Amino acid sequence: MRHIISVLMENEPGALSRVVGLFSQRNYNIDSLTVAPTEDRSLSRLTLTTHGDDRRIEQITKHLNKIVDVVKLVDLTEGAHIERELMLIKVKATGAQRAEIKRTTDVFRGQIVDLTSNVFSIQLTGKSDKLDSFIAALGDSIVLEVARTGVSGISRGEKVLSL
Amino acid sequence: MDQLSGGEMLIRALHDEGVNIIFGYPGGAVLHIYDAIFNQDKVEHILVRHEQAATHAADGYARSTGKPGVVLVTSGPGATNAITGIATAYMDSIPMVVISGQVESRLIGSDGFQETDMVGVSRPIVKHSFMVRRPEDIPLIVKKAFHIATTGRPGPVVIDVPKDVTDPKDKFPYQYPDTVKMRSYAVPDKGHSGQIKKAVEALLKAKRPMIYAGGGVIQGNGSELLTTLTRKLGFPITNTLMGLGAYPASDKQFLGMLGMHGTYEANMAMHYCDVLLAIGARFDDRVTNSDISKFCPDATILHVDIDPASISKTVIVDVPIVGSVVSVLEEMLSQLESSKQDVDKPSLEVWWNQIGQWREKDSLHINKCEDGVTIKPQEVVKAVYEITKGDAFVSSDVGQHQMFAAQYYGFDKPRRWINSGGLGTMGFGLPAAMGVQFAHPDAVSVCITGEGSFQMNLQELATCMQYQLPIKVICLNNRALGMVKQWQDMQYGGRYSHSTYADSLPDFTKLAEAYGHVGIKIDKVADLHSKLQEAFALKDKLVFVDVWVDPDEHVYPMAIKGGSMKDMILSKTERT
Repeated sequence: MRHIISVLMENEPGALSRVVGLFSQRNYNIDSLTVAPTEDRSLSRLTLTTHGDDRRIEQITKHLNKIVDVVKLVDLTEGAHIERELMLIKVKATGAQRAEIKRTTDVFRGQIVDLTSNVFSIQLTGKSDKLDSFIAALGDSIVLEVARTGVSGISRGEKVLSL
Repeated sequence: MDQLSGGEMLIRALHDEGVNIIFGYPGGAVLHIYDAIFNQDKVEHILVRHEQAATHAADGYARSTGKPGVVLVTSGPGATNAITGIATAYMDSIPMVVISGQVESRLIGSDGFQETDMVGVSRPIVKHSFMVRRPEDIPLIVKKAFHIATTGRPGPVVIDVPKDVTDPKDKFPYQYPDTVKMRSYAVPDKGHSGQIKKAVEALLKAKRPMIYAGGGVIQGNGSELLTTLTRKLGFPITNTLMGLGAYPASDKQFLGMLGMHGTYEANMAMHYCDVLLAIGARFDDRVTNSDISKFCPDATILHVDIDPASISKTVIVDVPIVGSVVSVLEEMLSQLESSKQDVDKPSLEVWWNQIGQWREKDSLHINKCEDGVTIKPQEVVKAVYEITKGDAFVSSDVGQHQMFAAQYYGFDKPRRWINSGGLGTMGFGLPAAMGVQFAHPDAVSVCITGEGSFQMNLQELATCMQYQLPIKVICLNNRALGMVKQWQDMQYGGRYSHSTYADSLPDFTKLAEAYGHVGIKIDKVADLHSKLQEAFALKDKLVFVDVWVDPDEHVYPMAIKGGSMKDMILSKTERT
């Protein structure tokens, strides 16, 4: 099963490599990874998606917790949560296709953020499968470039991941 | 407040941390630190002949004392040479602090002379690492490093120190912190009382109980409590390779070591037990045999460990207890004390009768050579045991001799058996024995080795001469890489691919003499006792005893691959 794990860690050099190293060292998968400082500059929040059975996920969270730079973590998929990913996608847009792409973008609530006579650059936010669907709807033949941020997430309600 | 340079702060901080001995090797990046060492007399520095040996010596010091071992090496090759020793300590959870030099900060990343990304290279084999960026951070970093290395599940910590940080021209006010608190590092302490209660209930109900104790009991200083608990319960107990000495081997409740080369009775009792109490042991593949699904099929498994990640890592357990061995054992004992119920004595008697029958197999029986001349390697270990009255510190290297030492030298005390169990590092034995001898100058420090392993760090004979270490090296010389050859005998039709080198072995007695030590060769069983006694009588000398043993001997019992713990090869002709 797919899991989204959010990790608060010391915003120090080497911390990220310890987390990423753990995954390759112990043969765990990372499907996506996003990391940035939080409102407290001494802390970074790292969110990763991985998959595996319950035992594997338990081992992953235990080993993450063992890393000295890791302060706290939560498996967001254990409860109700909000997850988002941002995608910037550049597509070929000429002739009659331009209107069609604009309509598709509107349906997915994306925005065209840049354009030339031949190309649209579109921004789209949502769950990862929505982003996948958008690419599928456009069709491979016109997609020129895709830049995705990886999943970020937060718990619903009053639950908070902080110190 | 004293004004000190970075190099001086480093050495002063070690002293303030209670360190009085470090093992190292100088080089360009650490010259400022070595100058600081020269100008003081509180911390003794031991000059080894290879950085790997520095780590193993610090490791032997740590294993035999429980105190952290400290290493100082230079950047680049000094640091990479230390890697094998760091990995060895990591696998066996040994507290160690390794200080490595680094090129000047301005050169980091420029492929400077003797530059290696030590923090990066060591990352998978350390508990934590630090790169010192400002000299004034040194006291706190040293404090943190020792705190992390010695608490919780112990392990090695690296401090990488760029040369400019130790510059003698730059002085800073020095104060060593009394305590350290880290928001990201918490040490588990007491086990959960409810979980301990569940475990105690299971133990009281057990009909065929078994206690399986590992290196964690020794690291956690829980041997006495474990012995008290085991005797109180009257249960059979086995120790892992790392746990030998956690429970006295001469006690009647001890079934010997378990696992790949464990005794018949220990492995049988593991397989057929109905309640298994695992303490400070990690269900290593050399214990469980390869097919985990066949492990202890009838047992309710209770697992005490300080590392939550050890629990249900390989074997799924029924009652996990995370906590220090001492706190958990203390509470178990007090709960047993206050419980009205007693253990199931009638069932226990039946179980002990069964174990008695297994013991009759005498799986460690030594079949002497029929020619009346050739020495069996097991006989050598037995003789060493008798001569040292079972009271020596015994280090080993890796291979057949290691297993023979583990099987035939009955350790009654913790911290006496010093071996690389997890990583299986050949070349560990001699430098580890040095660390032991430095920690216990008046004790008998024996290194049981093989001629293969010994050649991986024999340069340390020079260190032993420099510091007059009277180590007794007992080399079980079978003129081959014995364990490799054994597997080739058993699984590769006797095709000895690169496991023999009889024509190119040095004369070890002359080699020892060349370094200024004493060499004794033994090749007849009739001479074994007298010549060994002669060696041990030379109390002030390092004696290298080159014992030529039967080259065709195998280590038995041996687990049958793919089987359960009850599936063992017992001799060249017998299996279960």
